[in-house]
Amino acid sequence: MANAIDVRGLRKSFGGTEVLAGIDLVVESGSIVALLGPNGAGKTTLINILSTLVKPDGGTAKVAGFDVLRDPESVRGVIGLTGQSAAVDEVLTGDENLRMMGRLFGLDRGEAAARSRDLLAQFGLGDSARKRVKAYSGGMRRRLDLAISFIVTPPVLFLDEPTTGLDPRSRLELWDGIRTLGASGTTVLLTTQYLDEADQLADRIVLIGGGRVVVEGTPAELKATTGGEVVELRGASDELIREIPTDGTVSGLRRAIDELDASEAEGTITIRKPSLDDVFMSVTAEARELIDTKG
Amino acid sequence: MTTISLPRTAVPRPRLALGTEEATFIARSLIHTIRTPDALIMAVALPVMLMLMFTFIFGGAIESDGSYVNYVVPGIILLCAGFGAASTAVDVARDLETGIMDRFRTMRIRSWAVLTGHVVSSLVRNLVATGVVIGVAVAVGFRPVGNPAEWIAAIALIGLYILAITYLYAAIGLAAGSSEAANGYGFILMFAPYLSSAFVPVDTMPTWLQWIAQNQPITPIIETIRGLLMHTPLGNEPALALGWCALILVIAVVWGAIMFRRKAGRR
Repeated sequence: MANAIDVRGLRKSFGGTEVLAGIDLVVESGSIVALLGPNGAGKTTLINILSTLVKPDGGTAKVAGFDVLRDPESVRGVIGLTGQSAAVDEVLTGDENLRMMGRLFGLDRGEAAARSRDLLAQFGLGDSARKRVKAYSGGMRRRLDLAISFIVTPPVLFLDEPTTGLDPRSRLELWDGIRTLGASGTTVLLTTQYLDEADQLADRIVLIGGGRVVVEGTPAELKATTGGEVVELRGASDELIREIPTDGTVSGLRRAIDELDASEAEGTITIRKPSLDDVFMSVTAEARELIDTKG
Repeated sequence: MTTISLPRTAVPRPRLALGTEEATFIARSLIHTIRTPDALIMAVALPVMLMLMFTFIFGGAIESDGSYVNYVVPGIILLCAGFGAASTAVDVARDLETGIMDRFRTMRIRSWAVLTGHVVSSLVRNLVATGVVIGVAVAVGFRPVGNPAEWIAAIALIGLYILAITYLYAAIGLAAGSSEAANGYGFILMFAPYLSSAFVPVDTMPTWLQWIAQNQPITPIIETIRGLLMHTPLGNEPALALGWCALILVIAVVWGAIMFRRKAGRR
């Protein structure tokens, strides 16, 4: 299968600070990939390079087979982007925003109007279609911004922290929308700070830190790397007192429980599968150690 | 040199038909103009107030026969254009701030057309404001003597001046970085008409100031409008006026293009 995104040794520095230190990333056509990483890991910079907003210092990046440096025109013709700040026109109404963008995506007047109507309804903005965006709440702006990315179904869609600022219901609806796009063949590369979001949506997760890919794999693969079950001790009001990762063996579990017993803390014990949070914490801790020993 | 060419996984959307971007962005900016009436009111009310002030408060002291209005109107028209065009800097800076410019830049369009939208709507807004100013001027005693051909020439020159100064403000907006800063820089430019023959003849000024007033772009433009509408001597003023407008326009367009690209690689 051909690759929708192909990044090799991509480097970018801003004023002496290296943000991307040679990233390699391959995304299969039609898959949903989540970029995870702490703040400042370079997620947004990578998205900005792939969407032709920022020029890389070195390496190559191709989107749908088009080089971002040599053929940015064609790249722009195959992508959709929703960035972190809601890039909508405050003076126009929601409907006018969508119709304007529809025209710029190549729809004629009638098509743009029809598409606007559908999307406003789909994103729960039907009642506010004729209100100026200035009067919209943060979540409504965010939904309008996302609706713009859905005007035409782009072969490759970039979403930079798409659900930040959305209420839980809108979040679930957006997830559905992204899954539908994924199923229809659109390649989605999204960044997120929510591990459950990556877990729920992504076919593959790419964890980046320090400008490099630290680890990547399917959510199940990543969880497996952290080892076995985690033993938690919770207090009377369900607050977490301690958690001990184990290797998943019977003796490992027994050691963990003995340790809790010896600490004489009151509470109930639960055993759970490792979450992506555990992966995230252990991997970022490893990355930090690596940087510390290097410097 | 060999390059590994990857198979293309998608066909890019075709380029838009010629003029689609421009028409869309002009429509957008005109809606902005109508919906932000403060900019329009500022562009009309301030020059009208200044004209009334100069005519009725200072005018009697400058020329006691009440004919000062005939002298001051061309200057007021340019002042008006300056006020009106200044809001373009703020509009452009705001587009950068909100991130909507970045969105346009990731689409297969000539994002430069965003500026065309701002410039054309500024031109329309300012020509309307100029019309209002001339109307009020006539009501308070402005008696131009130009024939229709001279009127058309004068309005064309005013239009050219608005175009040049609007492009300059658009470039300032790109360079400023924030809408507040754009507003501040723009304000400085609005003082230019005061250091010209707009309000008093240049030969009444101190010698050092005369040199500045005589050699800055506003003076020949004002003298040309005055010559066309009031039949004062034209001399070589029209050539100087056109030259200045063309020069400002070229500098502003080139500077704007450079700033546009620089902002593009900013982050």
